[in-house]
Amino acid sequence: MAEKIATRDAYGETLIELGRELKNLVVLDADLSKSTKTAGFAKLFPERFFNMGIAESNLVGTAAGLAAAGKIPFVSTFAVFATGRAYDQIRNSVAYPHLNVKICATHAGITVGEDGASHQALEDIALMRALPGMTVIVPADAPETKQAVRAATKHQGPVYIRLGRSGVPVISPPDYQFEVGQVAVLRPGEDVAIFACGIMVSVALTAAELLAQKDIRAEVINVSTIKPLNVQQVAAAAAKTKAVVTCEEHNIIGGLGSAVAEVLGEHCPVPLERVGINDVFGQSGTPADLLAHYGLTAEKVASAAERAIARKQL
Amino acid sequence: MVLDPKVEAQLKEKALNIRRHIVRMTHAAKSGHPGGSLSAVEIMTALYFHVMRLDPNRPEWQERDRFVLSKGHAAPALYATLAERGFFSTQELTTLRQLGSRLQGHPDMKRVPGVEMSTGSLGQGLSVANGMALAGRLDKASWRVYALLGDGECEEGQIWEAAMAAAHYKLDNLIAYLDYNRLQIDGSICAVMNPEPFPEKWKAFGWQVFTVDGHSFSEIIAATEAAQAVQGRPSIIICHTVKGKGVSFMENEADWHGKAPNDEQANKALAELA
Ligand SMILES: Cc1ncc(C[n+]2csc(CCOP(=O)(O)OP(=O)(O)O)c2C)c(N)n1
Ligand SMILES: [Mg+2]
Repeated sequence: MAEKIATRDAYGETLIELGRELKNLVVLDADLSKSTKTAGFAKLFPERFFNMGIAESNLVGTAAGLAAAGKIPFVSTFAVFATGRAYDQIRNSVAYPHLNVKICATHAGITVGEDGASHQALEDIALMRALPGMTVIVPADAPETKQAVRAATKHQGPVYIRLGRSGVPVISPPDYQFEVGQVAVLRPGEDVAIFACGIMVSVALTAAELLAQKDIRAEVINVSTIKPLNVQQVAAAAAKTKAVVTCEEHNIIGGLGSAVAEVLGEHCPVPLERVGINDVFGQSGTPADLLAHYGLTAEKVASAAERAIARKQL
Repeated sequence: MVLDPKVEAQLKEKALNIRRHIVRMTHAAKSGHPGGSLSAVEIMTALYFHVMRLDPNRPEWQERDRFVLSKGHAAPALYATLAERGFFSTQELTTLRQLGSRLQGHPDMKRVPGVEMSTGSLGQGLSVANGMALAGRLDKASWRVYALLGDGECEEGQIWEAAMAAAHYKLDNLIAYLDYNRLQIDGSICAVMNPEPFPEKWKAFGWQVFTVDGHSFSEIIAATEAAQAVQGRPSIIICHTVKGKGVSFMENEADWHGKAPNDEQANKALAELA
C-alpha cells in the first residue's frame, strides 16, 4: 500500500507555502487550529491568523468582511461546524455576494471516527453543492489537496474544500495536474465507470483490481470537483460503459451520487449504483471499523459494479 | 453552609470513583476528553447524588429533574456519573467510543438511559434547557432544569441568545453551571477569544450570579440551594475549576483536553486517584 498522508496535513503545509507567496492571504480558525493544521501558519504569520474562538457563525461572517476588503481568507474548522453551524452565514454573507472566501473544512465524513455522529459531516457536500456559485472540491489525497488549495487562491469566488482527519494513500500519478472542473481518469475500462471522490478514490481503485480478477474492466474516475461538475466527461464515461457506480464518504442523498445521477438522468440514462452512507447518522468507532460497518469497502464497491453491469444486460 | 461531614465523605467517595472511571474509560477508548470531564466531577456528583430528584430505575419518570450536558465532550463524566448512580452497569463504561456501544463519543439521548439531550456541538444546550424549563412551567410542574456549560463554549453566540431568552422568560426553574476551568482547545480562553468578564456579562443579561469553588461540595450545594430560592430570573453558578483535576500531570494543561492516557499514564493517574 502506498504512503498514507491525511489531506489536512497537506493543507497545513500548503497554507505555509502560500503565506510566503501571497501577502493578502489570511487564515481564520475556531479553536481547532491544531486539528485543522492551521496552527503552522498561525505560528509563522501570527498577524495574518485570526482565532475566532468557538464561534463559527462569526468566523464565516468575519471572513466575508475580509474578502469584501480584498483579502483571501481561508476558513477552517471541522466540516460539521463549518457547513452546518454557519450555513446561513455562508449562504447569505459569502455565496450570495460571491465573495472570495475559501472554506477548507477538515474532519469530514465517517472517518472522524470515535467522536461519533455529532462530529461526522455526511451532508456537507449536499449543503455546499446547493449554493449558487460555490465551487466544491473533494481531494482524493495529499498531492491533490496541495494543488486544489493552490488552485483555490487563483479562483475568484467562494470555494469549499473537503478534507479528512485520517491518513489516505497517495494515488495521484506523479505528473498529475489538478484543475478546477476537471475529472481524472485514473484507470481506463469499458465495462463499468466508477466515479469516486475523496478517500473513496483509492477504495475504488482497489475495487477495480478485484473486478479485474473477474475479467471486468472498470474505469475509475476521480471526481474531485463536484461542482461545477464536468457534465461532458461524466456523460461520456457513462455512454461508453453503460453502467455506473458512485462512491463517496457522504450520504448517498445530495452528494456525488446525486450529482452524477442528475447528469445521467438528463444526458445518458444508464444503470447507477450509489455507494455511500445510506441516509443514516454515523456513530463512534475506529475509522476502519466504521468504513467496514457502513460498507465503504472495495468489496462493496466491486459488488455494486457487478449489480450495475447485471442491470445493463436486462 | 456546613455540609454534614458524613454526606460530604460519601460525595467525595463517589467523585473519586467517577474520576477513576474517566481515566479507565478514555484509556480503554484510546481517545476522548479527560480534561473537561475531570473538571466537572464535583458539579455532576453534587447534582446526581444530592441535588436532583431522580430515580435510576425510572429514567423516563415525568417528575424527574432534567440535566443537560451542554459541553457534550464531557460525556465520560456524564456516563460515569450515571453508572455510579445506578442507571446502568459500571462495567459497560469501558465500551466508550467502541463500534456498537451505547456510550458514544458524545451523549446520545436515544441510546443511554438518563441522558436527557444529545449534545456535542457546543453552544446549543442552554437553548434546549430553556425549552425544557418553559415546558415544565406550562405544565405547572415542580421539576427543575440544570445545565452545564464550558467557559470556552460561552464564545458561541447562541449561548448569549439563550441567556437573553432565559431572563426574558424569567426561567427561575433553570440553573446553569459554568465549568470555569479557563482553558479551551487552543489554549487559555483569554488568549483564544476572551469571553470575560463572566459575572458581569451574565448579570447584565439578567441572571442571578453565584461564584463558588467548583471542587467544593459545600459551596456548590449551598449556591444551588440559594439559586433554587431565586424567583423571577434564572441563576448561573460560576464554578472555579481546574481542568484535569485530580491527575497531577493533566491539571491546567490544555493538551489534555482531548487526549487519552496511554498505559503508563493511566496507571500513574489511577495511583494518584487512590
Ligand atoms: C460548535 C462546536 N465547535 C467546535 C467544537 C470542538 N470543540 C470540542 S471541545 C472544544 C473546547 C471547549 O472548551 P470549553 O467549553 O472550555 O470546555 P472544557 O474546558 O470544559 O473542556 C471545542 C472547540 C465543538 N464540539 N462544537
Ligand atoms: Mg474550559
